[in-house]
Amino acid sequence: MLGYFVRRLIMLLPVFLAMSAIVFLIVHLVPGDPIDHMLQIGASAERRQELAAKFGLDRPLVVQYALWLKAALTGDLGEAIILKQPVVDLILANLPYSLALGLSALLFSTVVGVSVGAAAAYFAGSWFDRVVMAGILMGSMLPSFWLGLLMILIFAVELGLFPVSGARSWDALVLPVLTVGIGGVALIARVTRAAFVEVAQQDFVTLLHAKGLTRRRIFFRHLVRHALMPVVTILGLKVGWILGGAVTVEYVFARPGLGSLLITSLGQRDYPVVQGCLLMLGMGVMLGTLVGDLAQAAMDPRVRDRMS
Amino acid sequence: MALLEVEGLTIGIGRFTPVQEIGFSLDRGAVLGLVGESGSGKSLTAMALMGLLPLIRGEVRAGSIVFDGVELANRPAELHRRLRGRRIALVTQNPMTSLDPIRTVGTQIDEVSRLHGGLDGRAAKARSLDLMEAMRIPRAAVVHGQYPHQLSGGMKQRIVIAMALAGDPDLLVADEPTTALDVTVQAQIVRLMVDLVKARGLALVLITHDMGVVAQACDRVVVLYAGRIAEAGPVESIFAAPHHPYTRALIGCIPVEGQARGTLIGIPGQVPGLTDYPAHCRFAPRCPAASARCRAEAPAPATIGASRVACFHPLGRGA
Repeated sequence: MLGYFVRRLIMLLPVFLAMSAIVFLIVHLVPGDPIDHMLQIGASAERRQELAAKFGLDRPLVVQYALWLKAALTGDLGEAIILKQPVVDLILANLPYSLALGLSALLFSTVVGVSVGAAAAYFAGSWFDRVVMAGILMGSMLPSFWLGLLMILIFAVELGLFPVSGARSWDALVLPVLTVGIGGVALIARVTRAAFVEVAQQDFVTLLHAKGLTRRRIFFRHLVRHALMPVVTILGLKVGWILGGAVTVEYVFARPGLGSLLITSLGQRDYPVVQGCLLMLGMGVMLGTLVGDLAQAAMDPRVRDRMS
Repeated sequence: MALLEVEGLTIGIGRFTPVQEIGFSLDRGAVLGLVGESGSGKSLTAMALMGLLPLIRGEVRAGSIVFDGVELANRPAELHRRLRGRRIALVTQNPMTSLDPIRTVGTQIDEVSRLHGGLDGRAAKARSLDLMEAMRIPRAAVVHGQYPHQLSGGMKQRIVIAMALAGDPDLLVADEPTTALDVTVQAQIVRLMVDLVKARGLALVLITHDMGVVAQACDRVVVLYAGRIAEAGPVESIFAAPHHPYTRALIGCIPVEGQARGTLIGIPGQVPGLTDYPAHCRFAPRCPAASARCRAEAPAPATIGASRVACFHPLGRGA
């Protein structure tokens, strides 16, 4: 198990390199650059050259990438061109807000999604199952920026239960978590239900019935462990979403966070900040996948044996 | 009175009737072979005995299943559940997929005696180890902690049988217990099951398509064809003088030592699908002796010697 863990970590190295190169290239290949934002209209070509040289933007891309990566590996993501602060400081200032929102939303969607999906699977084919799954389908179709506005309108403006925006108190978190979480609930409920229904058709379940176990016991003691495996995989993949997927929701609720930082900096082509944010998100996804795989191994002895 | 009496058992799934009017009886200490090709209704009969037809949306449409004096056909699910594992146990066809892949085989056996015998963890494990040793599983203590994928097919089937025995049942229903196993292991498992039946006074319904297994293990045989009984009787008379052309063809499929090359016979054609069961004798399309009458009406079972035979032209009667 430990050997597998170390091997997985080593395997992440090339993935990290590729990811960082893609992040860097995407940012630099998009038309427009930060100099455009700093120059006044009608500024001379010399002035533009001067600024480009100041930020190292006149050097070949490969060199820029190498310098950036080298610094990044030592924990230095450079200085924001527009915001004029160290990128690391900007990220650290915004990260807690994103984590608070993302982790709460993840917890909410997991608990509610697994419960709803399991209940639907237990009563599969009944009117309850149909109503719930229809609701889930609707929930998964609602765009989150629209849902967020709706939430603000109903719960903040009309009912006055929660703050309209910002992140000053804990209750400002409720509406954003619901907004982000509902899509997650829909996804996880569907995966959970499908997993239950699928595992219930396997041969060994017939034998569980033949042993004289009650249906409830088969469902909640035996099938549940199988049904949670795909859910864990999904959760691992959702870590990126925890960190930055709530971009539009942060925007709607005017919350600070990596998403807001990323959107603002993208508009200004603030290369170091965009690169830093994307790098964080990429690492989040890598980490999530790793944790998901390890959890999979912990749950399934077949996976464990395949590793060693 | 026999432990198990099945009469006129008719099983329906949706608008189909894959099993029609099957009957047999079985005493303690005896082995009944239920023989037929795929699609003959053997496994459905097993599911009916277990009360598990609802799992596949099937139901008993007619007939009765009397187990130890209690009618089981169309009784509440809870009655069946209370019998399952404790009085009637199942051994399934494919040991590769019959065990939960993420639990140790030991806990899966323990579970049965904890549930039905009310044993605590330690006592259940001790009992499982005894059963595993009775199933001739070497290093039972080690195997107890292993997962299904770490064991061979034969070992897994021994585990499944040990699991079936853990509730101390009176009736064992084994649905093709050796089909998925290596030929060398098949004979061992069959031998083991027959020994258990004799030693513990169990009754065994052994479902198979292999007449060789029947010859080795059974006291009585019911030959099914396309959901109906073709022939039923004591194993000796069935093998010595098969009356139904299908029975004879099945026996002809057993390779015999010293048989000349190229003389192994198959049965031409295949079992009709559920959707196109003929109204007349269902074996007629494949039968070498079929006459116009066979293609017009269905034969009712009649007694010939020690057997019951559903055929207009039974063999050995100068048909």
